[in-house]
Amino acid sequence: MAEQNAAEKPTSDRPGGGAGGGSQSQGAGAKSSGSKPLSNAMRLPEGGVAIDRNRPVAFRVNGETVSGYEGDTLASALIAAGRHFVARSFKYHRPRGFVASGVEEPNALFGIGEGDRFEPNVRGTMVEIHDGLVAKTQNHFPSLEYDLGSMNAIAARMFPAGFYYKTFLKPRIAWKHVFEPIIRQAAGLGKAPSKPDRDTYEHFYYACDVLVAGGGLAGLLAAKAAAAGGARVLLVEQSAFLGGRALVDDGTVAHPEKGEIALADYVAELVAELEATPNVRIRTRTQASAHEDHNYVLCYERLTDHDPSLPGPRHRLWRVRAGRVIAATGSIERPIAFAYNDVPGIMLAGAMRDYLGLYAAKPGERVVVFTNNDDAYRTAIALRSAGVEVPAILDSREGSNGDLPQIARQMGLRMMFGSVIAKAYGKKRVEGVDAAELRASGRPGAPERLDCDAVAMSGGWSPAVHLYSHSGGKLRWDEDALMFRPDEDKAPIRWDGAPGVACAGRASGHLDWAAIAADGIRAGLAAASAVGKPPAQPLESPRFWSARMDRIEPMWFAPAHGRETAGNKHFLDYQNDVTAADVELAAREGYESVEHAKRYTTLGMATDQGKLSNINGLAILADARRVSIPEVGTTTFRPPYTPISIGSIAGREKGALFKPVRETPMAGWHAARSPAWEPVGDWRRPYAYPDRARNEDVEEAVNREILTTREKVGMLDASTLGKIVVSGPDAGAFLDLIYTNMMSTLKVGRCRYGLMCDDNGYLFDDGVVVRLAEDKFLCHTTSGGADRVHAWMEEWIQTEWHHLKVFTVNATEQYAQIAVAGPRSRAVLEALSPSMDLSGEALAFMSFADGTLGGCPARVHRISFSGELSYEIATPAAFGRALWEAIFEAGVEHGITPYGTEALHVMRAEKGFIMIGDETDGTVTPLDLNLGWAVSKKKADFIGRRALRRPFLTDPNRKRLVGLLTEAPTDVLPHAAHAVEGTRPDGKPQTIGHVTSSYWSPTLKRSIAMALIRRGPERMGETLTFSVDKGVDMRARVVDPVFYDPDNARQKL
Amino acid sequence: MLLLTCPCCGVTAEETEFHAGGEAHIVRRAGDADADADLGRYLFERKNPKGLHFERWRHQFGCGKWFHVLRDTRTLEVFGAYDIKATEPPAELVRHAELRLAAQGLPLISTR
Repeated sequence: MAEQNAAEKPTSDRPGGGAGGGSQSQGAGAKSSGSKPLSNAMRLPEGGVAIDRNRPVAFRVNGETVSGYEGDTLASALIAAGRHFVARSFKYHRPRGFVASGVEEPNALFGIGEGDRFEPNVRGTMVEIHDGLVAKTQNHFPSLEYDLGSMNAIAARMFPAGFYYKTFLKPRIAWKHVFEPIIRQAAGLGKAPSKPDRDTYEHFYYACDVLVAGGGLAGLLAAKAAAAGGARVLLVEQSAFLGGRALVDDGTVAHPEKGEIALADYVAELVAELEATPNVRIRTRTQASAHEDHNYVLCYERLTDHDPSLPGPRHRLWRVRAGRVIAATGSIERPIAFAYNDVPGIMLAGAMRDYLGLYAAKPGERVVVFTNNDDAYRTAIALRSAGVEVPAILDSREGSNGDLPQIARQMGLRMMFGSVIAKAYGKKRVEGVDAAELRASGRPGAPERLDCDAVAMSGGWSPAVHLYSHSGGKLRWDEDALMFRPDEDKAPIRWDGAPGVACAGRASGHLDWAAIAADGIRAGLAAASAVGKPPAQPLESPRFWSARMDRIEPMWFAPAHGRETAGNKHFLDYQNDVTAADVELAAREGYESVEHAKRYTTLGMATDQGKLSNINGLAILADARRVSIPEVGTTTFRPPYTPISIGSIAGREKGALFKPVRETPMAGWHAARSPAWEPVGDWRRPYAYPDRARNEDVEEAVNREILTTREKVGMLDASTLGKIVVSGPDAGAFLDLIYTNMMSTLKVGRCRYGLMCDDNGYLFDDGVVVRLAEDKFLCHTTSGGADRVHAWMEEWIQTEWHHLKVFTVNATEQYAQIAVAGPRSRAVLEALSPSMDLSGEALAFMSFADGTLGGCPARVHRISFSGELSYEIATPAAFGRALWEAIFEAGVEHGITPYGTEALHVMRAEKGFIMIGDETDGTVTPLDLNLGWAVSKKKADFIGRRALRRPFLTDPNRKRLVGLLTEAPTDVLPHAAHAVEGTRPDGKPQTIGHVTSSYWSPTLKRSIAMALIRRGPERMGETLTFSVDKGVDMRARVVDPVFYDPDNARQKL
Repeated sequence: MLLLTCPCCGVTAEETEFHAGGEAHIVRRAGDADADADLGRYLFERKNPKGLHFERWRHQFGCGKWFHVLRDTRTLEVFGAYDIKATEPPAELVRHAELRLAAQGLPLISTR
């Protein structure tokens, strides 16, 4: 409550404005300083096409209320309040402010929201403000204003490029206990959310003829041209509004009716026209984030971030397959590397125009402009027109014959050609710059101090070619325009080899409105033709007027005086605090490849992925290596274009839908008894059924289930067993090839245990095969292996033995299966079916019979995995629960218990039966497991037959299966414990095998284990040593693996 | 995410609906007459070409059928699909692929 009251207090008690000025140094939400700037103090009295002045919006930054207007971004509202210092940098914790106005912003990252609706590292330039918005600044302790981490900056000389590699080589142990904890505390951007995300997210599949990424002039015209012939067009725009730079920058259009009109008005008409076109769909706040193979594009839509009261999902990930993609993705302005170019208030020139034009927010009262091109004069002109002082325009070129410098001169602006900023002053806000002449020697002339509270810089524009490059589009360096442009001859291709992506407008490298418009129309028409829907009539571009521009000249590094000469305060990558000196150091130390230099210096890493720093860093690297920029090459652009939320990637696949659980028809019955569960493949099976009323624990339950089954009767839900029906005249011949043993000789009505190997001779699945009819077999597989075995059979039928007349059906889920085991199992089942003869004579071991049990259709197999008298009953899945309950009820008087997978495992181990995945690991043959009897010597072929004769598989030294009895009966060997004998040449113990299964056997009242031991069967009676822990051994005697009922008397009752 | 067309059922679908089956036209050398070296080549030796690749795919979550595909591993261009029972690729498909490569100025690097 107290906090809320504080937040509702007026943000300032000072009347009037006056918050601006050169000495201003307040940070966003700073609670410590006396005077606070006013909300909207730097707002122009009129203008701002993106904001609605009738709708004021209040939000909170670090607990303090700030207000702006609907349509404002967090950045524009804070700049309108006179605040630039909103962040501390990653490495040196230097004060930082807004540099950009869009997705390329490297500095102004905020934590947005609270509690179960919190997201860190959000660019303030992309956050639309709304009532109740809560933002926090990041990367400082204890506060933005006073930050202990800024000590790093004092010690900056101790943190050179490659600092981590150099410092933490030794001692290794110190990394874990000293360096890493300290670095983890100090480093990192935002904090991870502390609560599960309350919002929902979704995926949306979409197919279209043409996807246009970007809703600026080029994108809008491309969409119009592409749609003119009827193609289905999707246009996505990452920001909240359409028009891009056309809303802000000067330029006019010759309108057929209205004469010469402003670009912004033309764009409004174009948008209205497209919105009325039925085959065009437009989504704003949607970014084409990733271009993948074959024109698969992921688009990231932010639905409710600007208004969390809206219903529905927060983000939506569009999974688009497009016939053709047009990347009208615009361009990104480059900063200039000069000394202290990172002080808050120093911004990109184009971004300043955005804040003025879109939001009517003045970046300062006195703004110096520094440029190497004509475009930044637009900013000087726009600032002056808005009443902002422009002390000087520093232009590194010798002169310019363009229209814009001409206009600036007419406005009386001071223009200093051949000059650079040698240094910027100020800590939390820029206070002034040193202007200096650029001398032929490369040294700066005498400095002239210019006071200012903001600097607009422009090092030229780079096409945003990311989407074009994601899946392999190549770039070429344009030496005149100083930019990498898309190489249209090497575009990323689609499935059929046709070009998949084309850039349009500024993304192609055009900066002139007429050229941008023509390029958009060209790209749209080409896309329409490529998808077979060209317009019947040619589309004409209207006539555009935009300022004539003179050429750009390189200005990659502004020389400085004194201590800053080396470039250690010339920041290239703001987010990672990488300076020109760092890149030069990397080159000097041999990291000449751009990919190596990137990793060594961290240039271009983290959330902004070098959107501002990439080209400047390449230029510095090229200069240090004395080669050209294209010789250095570019790093690879990888998707996504900007960070997208994890929620959008997950979509609805979280919680219960993350990995759907397969359940048997009896799952509800099990669940009602709250068993301990175990995942088996995709299934969930009861592990044991502890008697909750008696506080029985899981181990006690397992032992009780085993003893009850052995002494009376138990029942198991075996529905998860794979059931593959193989039929056709050649079914027997086919199974002879699939299984190692003979299946074609199996008589109808009989069952046979079979093994499957791969062509390496390694065992990979097993199970009982049932011959249902002359031409029909039912193959049981392991629970986890059904899909794999079915696919395996299909592969051999379709790709190798396609002459065989056979087909397969995976009927696993069509049948429920119940094992009823124990000496009283026959009595239980007989009570349910007076008509079926289940006697030993009528239904012998390893045979089956069809009939009715408890009113359910039933196939009763007399097979046993427990070693007891046992029946496995299959019934159509719909009868599964009813039959299960009928058997359970009939069994009550016999003391029946349901048993889970652990009792199943222990009982099979007591009998020495192998389990796929325990005794096998993909390198074990049937012979290793003493199952040679199930490997046919008569068949001419089966999968694995030839491989089993390879020398290393017939080597007598191979590990083979044995049983183990520990010396101390209560010692249970750990799973996978190694048997050791003698020493290796290096003095360490020699491993001769390992434990594959190990249990407490309640039946034998002692531990039992199985193991694969070198020459195991020859070692019967020997005692082996197992290393179970450091210095702890267990000793066990080698025995036959059949521990219980070796004569198989019980299962044949 | 590749886009593939199943020649058996005619459906064009996402790569995730299919299962990649590796190199095509491998002769099973696992008979009594086959030497260990032949068996080894059949089991383990696979080409990894930068260029034309004859490969097997299965329409796993569709009609379930296996088929052959000719694809370029450099550009991911899919030149076509053909019957799984074929022991060698159709000559016209290979010709089509070679013409496409020539048009792109790419060297012909084939697994065959």
